[in-house]
Amino acid sequence: MRPGRIALWVLAALTAVYLVLPVFIVIPTSFSASSFLEFPPKEWSGRWYENFFTDPVWLDSALASLRVAVLVTLLSLVLGTAAALGMVRGRYRLRALVSGLVMAPVLVPYVIVGLAVYATFLELGLTQTTLGFVLVHTALAVPYVVITVSSSLVSFDRRLEQAAMSLGAGPVSTFARVTLPLIAPGLAGGAVFAFVTSFDEVVTGVFLSGPDLTTLPVQMWSGVRVQIDPTVAAVSTMLLLVTLAVFATAGLLRRRKS
Amino acid sequence: MTALRRLGDGWGMLVLPLAAFLLVVFVYPLASVLARSLTDPEPGLGNYAAFFDSPVYLDVLGNTFVTAGLVTLVTLLLGFPYAYLMTVARPFWRGVLMAAVLVPFWTSLLVRTFAWVLLLRDTGVVNALIPGEPVPLLRNLAGITIGMVQVMLPFAVLPMYATMRGIDRRLLRAAEGLGATPVFAFWRVYAPLALPGVAAALLLVFVSTLGFYVTPALLGGPKDVMIGELIVQQLSGVLRWGFASALAVILLLVTGALLLVASRLVDLRKMIGSGS
Repeated sequence: MRPGRIALWVLAALTAVYLVLPVFIVIPTSFSASSFLEFPPKEWSGRWYENFFTDPVWLDSALASLRVAVLVTLLSLVLGTAAALGMVRGRYRLRALVSGLVMAPVLVPYVIVGLAVYATFLELGLTQTTLGFVLVHTALAVPYVVITVSSSLVSFDRRLEQAAMSLGAGPVSTFARVTLPLIAPGLAGGAVFAFVTSFDEVVTGVFLSGPDLTTLPVQMWSGVRVQIDPTVAAVSTMLLLVTLAVFATAGLLRRRKS
Repeated sequence: MTALRRLGDGWGMLVLPLAAFLLVVFVYPLASVLARSLTDPEPGLGNYAAFFDSPVYLDVLGNTFVTAGLVTLVTLLLGFPYAYLMTVARPFWRGVLMAAVLVPFWTSLLVRTFAWVLLLRDTGVVNALIPGEPVPLLRNLAGITIGMVQVMLPFAVLPMYATMRGIDRRLLRAAEGLGATPVFAFWRVYAPLALPGVAAALLLVFVSTLGFYVTPALLGGPKDVMIGELIVQQLSGVLRWGFASALAVILLLVTGALLLVASRLVDLRKMIGSGS
């Protein structure tokens, strides 16, 4: 190898380490017995995990986040899939404006969205409610569904639908038994994006949360902001392990397919 | 029905529910922010005048740009060689490099930011490895940059890789065959072809950093306040709704102008979806 290429590999290896390794610090730290979370821990304990599972504040926020994320996933799949079908197959007025509108929530800084919906939702009494969170998170998540479903629709062979229709299937059954299964990978990808966008969303949550409803990321946020609540380390470890498990499963499935 | 017909055909109508949803939940609140910035506490441009008259607030804006520029520069220096290497590596190593980019992409932002707090604080791992007095790495620009570059790298590497993968490497060999040195061929043939994708990726990184709130707020100090944090402070601290709204409008205008430039270079929709 040329020396230039070796230098390139060294830089890339260091970058990869910088990208991946730091986050693993949370795993050993979360088992520290001390509330200063020293690393490496002098004494080990599971007290911060116990704290998470016994403290209603933490448990409620985790449940609230799950509830919101599931509803957001469903709502964005419905709205996003319909819009993707319309955008790929249909003719409609103001095309550029509509596709700009659909993509805008990803591009506008979340802190602006947070301020805007906070002001509006205060008047409507929607702050600190599941509905309020679901509405905002859906707006933020739906562009990803439109993108993933659109890309699976673009490569879709419409003759398959015509074949089903000519064999006597009605439009509903054609959609349910031919179209949906064929765009399922796009739907699945969109669903994952939507769920993660909602479950991990903190900025708009900082505005909308309060004693009545706080999501898990906002609870973690306040656990780091002023003074470190060691429970955040336990929560972080659990979230990290879930992410890695999903990641590994996806990798294995992909390998099996190819 | 005829009025509806004019909006589009049967399939086209399917975009209406989402468009209506976004108009109510997204566009209307943003429009009220604009209105509020011009009317609260009294009608006029007072909120904007207060911003541009005060060195304190202009400092925050300048600081925001400097931080975003620094983050973008470091992201380019680390991300460009990385993306380039992905295009020439063997499939196995390309997969490893890709996984290293995707793991942080899919890991919770708060988990990653919290990890940096643990690592960079005075009693943290990094300072334990450096002999002598603890080096301040948290609550300052160094902390923000370290944390933000890690957040932004996947967003830069994935589109840069997509652009560079599409470049025909035989062009490099043709240039070399005509007498160019490899370095000359790289800068005169390869770099210009990669430029639009790379520039757009960097512009997106810059824009996202400008409006970022979480990581700067947790890893930065009181001197490094960026405009996103200032918006929250003005609202939660002193309830200056009109002023906070004006700040949001200024940030939105800057963001929009830069995105317009980026959209001239590449298809933004492709860049947003590049993580899937």
